[in-house]
Parts: sequence; structure tokens; C-alpha cells
Amino acid sequence: MTKMRYSRRSLLKTGAAALAASALPAPMIWAQEIKDITLRQFGTGVSNLNEVAQKVKEDLGFTLEMTALDSDAVTQRAATQPDSFDIADIEYWICKKVWPTGNLQAMDTSRIANYDKIVGIFRDGKLTPESTIAQGTAPHTVGFTSGPGGTDFVAEESGWMTLIPTIYNADTLGIRPDLIGRPIESWAELLNPEFKGKASILDISSIGIMDAAMVCEAMGEIQYGDKGNMTTDEIDRTMAIMTEAKRAGQFRSFWKTFDESVNLMASGEVVIQSMWSPAITAVKSRGIPCVYQPLKEGYRSWGGGIGLSSSLSGMELDAAYDYINWYLSGWVGGFLMRQGYYSAVPETSKAFMSENEWGYWFEGKPAVEPVTNPFGDVLAQAGEARDGGSFYDRMGQVACWNAVMDENQYMVRKWNEFIAA
Amino acid sequence: MPPESITVAGSFGTPPLAERAPRQRALASNHVTGWLLALPLTLVLLAFLVLPILMIVVVSFWTATEFSIVPAFSFENYEFLLGSDVTWRVLLNTVKYAAVTWAITLVLGFTVAYFLAFHVRSQTWQTTLFLLCTIPFWTSNIIRMISWIPFLGREGIANSALLSWGVVDQPLDWLLFSDFSVILAFVHLYTLFMVVPIFNTMMRIDRSLLEAANDAGASGFQTLWNVVLPLTRPGIMIGTIFVVTLVMGDFITVRFMSGSQSANVGRLIQNDIGLLQYPSASATSVMLLVVTLMVIGVLLRLVNIRKEL
Repeated sequence: MTKMRYSRRSLLKTGAAALAASALPAPMIWAQEIKDITLRQFGTGVSNLNEVAQKVKEDLGFTLEMTALDSDAVTQRAATQPDSFDIADIEYWICKKVWPTGNLQAMDTSRIANYDKIVGIFRDGKLTPESTIAQGTAPHTVGFTSGPGGTDFVAEESGWMTLIPTIYNADTLGIRPDLIGRPIESWAELLNPEFKGKASILDISSIGIMDAAMVCEAMGEIQYGDKGNMTTDEIDRTMAIMTEAKRAGQFRSFWKTFDESVNLMASGEVVIQSMWSPAITAVKSRGIPCVYQPLKEGYRSWGGGIGLSSSLSGMELDAAYDYINWYLSGWVGGFLMRQGYYSAVPETSKAFMSENEWGYWFEGKPAVEPVTNPFGDVLAQAGEARDGGSFYDRMGQVACWNAVMDENQYMVRKWNEFIAA
Repeated sequence: MPPESITVAGSFGTPPLAERAPRQRALASNHVTGWLLALPLTLVLLAFLVLPILMIVVVSFWTATEFSIVPAFSFENYEFLLGSDVTWRVLLNTVKYAAVTWAITLVLGFTVAYFLAFHVRSQTWQTTLFLLCTIPFWTSNIIRMISWIPFLGREGIANSALLSWGVVDQPLDWLLFSDFSVILAFVHLYTLFMVVPIFNTMMRIDRSLLEAANDAGASGFQTLWNVVLPLTRPGIMIGTIFVVTLVMGDFITVRFMSGSQSANVGRLIQNDIGLLQYPSASATSVMLLVVTLMVIGVLLRLVNIRKEL
């Protein structure tokens, strides 16, 4: 790891950083004062890591205060308490809810050094030129606004971004292969009576409804026009199927936080459930077999990014841009990718990963030596390959994005009823 | 010396109203002193209890969009709330939890208090055992509740013990994430709230009454039923109010112990707040408040606590 040490000085030597230096105002004058700057960041647990805050202090000099909350609480805070944060680390579907409030400010892409290297998903929506765009709130549809002060979304790359993409992944069902003992290939298995009392789904309406839709569609019960933007009738039918399953005792528990999902799976309470990638690795690192099962219907994907509070200005704003550029310059990307997420600028992260790690996590190659996460836990032995394969295999199979719908109010009430049913 | 009934004195002990004093003697009278003494508590209650409740009532008539609440006068929230069969089921569930928990904590609380008050003769032991009852309260009640989860789980201690003893051959699923586990946690958390007031009233019972009953030829059970029980009614009632209000207002125990599979009214409110539906959450709160007050009202009709204390 020592060769990967990263500082302002070393940054200036690299080509990518030369761009950053020309795009940013010279930071010489406030080199002293920057130590006094504190930026308050909040977001979901996935990327609010203390390691990142420590590294920021080392590399950039200022203090980053992190607060981790669940998705609902994040939305609530971003929408109602704009002065309580400087940086919002939120998901794109949350952005669709929060952006119209004007609590976040548009970001000038000309100040983002690695903007051109950001993967296509976050720019024109296409992973590769041939890709089709999945249903739901695809990040590029809420990624740009008309200009400074804009509260709208525009379809094209306008030069003003709402969120700077930082982290994303393709989600599927997690299973305990040792307790199931047969291949699982479809989302429909979540409601298979074989797993009665041993299934779980997450209780975050915007994400849970998508998992539910993937299941209902896979069962052949409902054909959706657009899973990411259901009609009230589609919502009713989806929730009816889920409620019926719930009353029949299909679900062992619902989960709301990352840790709950890990505990349910690790303790054997649940053998099949909606899950997030690092939760799988957390279960595996306890020596318990757990597979992030690729399914024939494809993945439900999500993406997160950093938004800046509209009250941020002057030196703090400059520091925030510094932070964003640093975020995309590789260290964080490597840190996140070694936990199973993807970086928005994968190529910069490559320098911060060993060839074995890059091969395992990004290229889907079998590991040549044991793969560890940044905390030292062994996640894969030599010879094992990542569930689902390479970056392009996984992100190319996305069936829908986490979404917020036009009928969101209605969906939320129906979801609440489902949870209470 | 029986312990003071600290918890109760605060809520029911309003200063006695002296007869109206003539205006000229107003400053010196007990009447004014009484009002002045009551003033700080009144102000605190107004600011931190009455005003927030009024606010909740007002907001319950507002409407909400996804991320803002809009002042209005609309019955929409109540219409949705009272028009949904889920609400009624959840309300019924809430009452069910309260009733079952109440019954179990009452039996347990009464037994423990009876043992402490009448069977333990030495006052040192009485105090020691009473303090022992409070030891679990030294840790957070969420931790006490969550520690049940690994114990009751499918591969938890309880199931592995039952399996190894050969009592069952399949792990029992209903031990965790069920109504059973919810009520178990409630009983664990709230029995002490029953023990303390019942113990308190039992200690005030004049022992000569028990002797008199004995002399008159009453059996142990007859004494218990005809003498002790009626005299402990105020304690039971206070314990009941504690347990019922705590269980009816709970959301976290139901959330964790049922694995979100069951719901009570508190969970409805919590979900609404999580989804930024403040007006709807307020309307649900108002409904819960009304129901709880009705229950308390009925309880207070049964026993005049102020008279009997």
C-alpha cells in the first residue's frame, strides 16, 4: 500500500492531475487556512467510511465529518434541512426527489478534471455505444441541469451536473447455496413456497418496490410498461402479490440497514433475500458461504453521487471541488472497488489496485492469489471468480435502476400498508 | 418505611386549592402561593406537552407533497387512515399487544411484589431483592431487547438447546420474528413497571388487617383475594397505566422483535415519518392519542387513584 500513497505533491506529477491543477484556482494562498475548513458530509452507510475522511485529512488537509443514515433519513435531511450539511452523498433516485427543492447546487463540469473519463452510464446513459438504457431512474436522466441555479433536469450533457457520480453497483438476490442446495436462476424464487419463512426483502420503499417488480415480472404475473414508473394499477397488483406472500408467511423478516441484512443471512434465518454486494462479502468474510446470484432477468442497479449544498460558497466550495476531484482521482475508487462496488472512473482506480484485485473485481478473472478487502478480510481464494463476472457483464445486464415514480406518493402509502399488513 | 411513590406524585399531586381568599389578602394567601408553586410545572407542560400536541393536531389537517408539507385544512389524511382496513387491523394488533402484555406483566408483577412485601421479612433483604429487580435497567432497553434475537434465532441458543435435548427435531421458527417474541420482549422490558407500584401499595397495607383476616378464619387465598387484592388496586391501576401506555406507544420493539413482520400504530407513524409524510403521521398520532386516552379514561373510572393514594 505504501507505493499508493497519495499527496498533493504526487498528484501534480501525474497527467490527470495536471488537468486538475489547470482547472482549479491555485490553492497556494489558502494552504494554511484550509486546515480550518470542515465539510459536513452525510449519506448512506455504503460510502460514508471513516477511512475516506482520514485520507482526506492526509491528502487535502481539511476535515470531513461523516454522518451515515438510512436512505429515507438521507432523503428527509437533504429535502428539509439544507443548512445541516455541505456535501450530500445520495443516490440518483433520491436526487430526483431532492433536486427540485433547490437545496443542492449545480456543479460546473469544467472544474471536474476526470469528467471525460466518467463511464457512459452517468453521461449519455450508455455503458457501451450499443447498450440499451434500462428502466427506472437511470442516473443520466437526473444527472444534468440547465445551469447554475437550475432546479430542472435536462437530457443532454449540459456541463452542469446535479451529482458527481462516485459509486454504483448491480444488485441481485443473495443466497445461501449451502442451505438451498440447488441452482437459483430467477427472481421468481424469492416467492417460491419452498423458501417459506426463509426469505427477506428490504424495507426501503423505492428500492423494495423494484425488487418486488422484478419478482412479479419473473413470475409472469405482471407485465410492466416501465417498472421504474408504474401506474397505480401496477402498484396495486404488485403489492397484492407481495401482501399475499407476506400473510402466507413467506418472509422471515424485512431489513432496513446493511447490518441487518448481513445478520439475517449469516445466522441462517434467511436463505434468499434482496441484498447489497458488500453485505455478501461481509457474510463471506465470516467464513459462511454466500453467493450474489446472477439471475436471468438481469440486475437491479443503483448509483450514488456527491451533491453540494446550495449554501456552500467561497473557500468551502473550492475545497468541495478539490474533494470531488480527489474522489475521482483513484484512491477512493480503489478502496470501494475492493469491497465490490464500482468507481465512476474505473481507470484511475486501477493504479490503486493490484493486478490480481483488478482482474478479480473488474475483469471477472479468477483470482491468482487470495483477494482481501481493504480491512484485511479474505473474500476469495485463488481460483475463484466474482459472481456475475466482469464489469461489462454485470453492468451490461441491468434490467432497471432504483427509481422514484410519478405515482410515488401512492406507492409509498401502498408500501406502508404492505409493511403493516 | 415504605419507599416513596416518586413517579406518581408528580403527575397527580396538583397543589390543593384553598378556598377563595379575599382580594386584599391575596398576596399573602395560600391560594396565590399555590398557584405560584404550580407555575413552573404548568409552563413546562404548556411549552413541551400542550403546544407540541396542538401542533400535531394542526399538522394532521395539512397535506404533503413528497418533500414538503403544505398548510391546509383537509380531511384527506383522516379519510385515508380511517378508510383503510390496514389501519383497523393494526389498531387491533396494538390493542392485542397491550392486552396480552398487560395480563402477563400483571400476574408476574403481582406475584413478585407479593413475595417481596409479605414473604421477605427482613427489610435489608427486601431492599436488596428490590434493587436486584432494577439491575436490568442499568443497560439500555434496546440492548436488552436485541439480545433476545441471537438467543431465539433459528440457530440460536434456545433452539440448539431444545434440539440437543431432543425436545424438538426441527428448530422452532415461531420463537423469533413472531408475536411471541414481541410479547416476550414487552414483558421483559415492562414487568418492573408493574412490580414497583404494586409493591409500593402492598407495603402500605396495615399488617393488622391480615392478622384480623387470619383470626376470622380466612384461608390464605381468601385473604389474598378479599383483603390484599382490593387494597392493592391503586398500585395495579398505576402499573396498568404505565404498561398500557408504553406498549401502545412503542414502535422499536415491534420493529425489531417481529422483523418488521407485525405492525402496531407506532410503526405506522414511524414509517410515515421515514417517508416524509408528516401530516399523515400526525393524523395517526392523533388517533393513537385518542385511543390511549380513552383506555386511560376507562381505567380511571374503575379506580379513583387520587382518593386511594
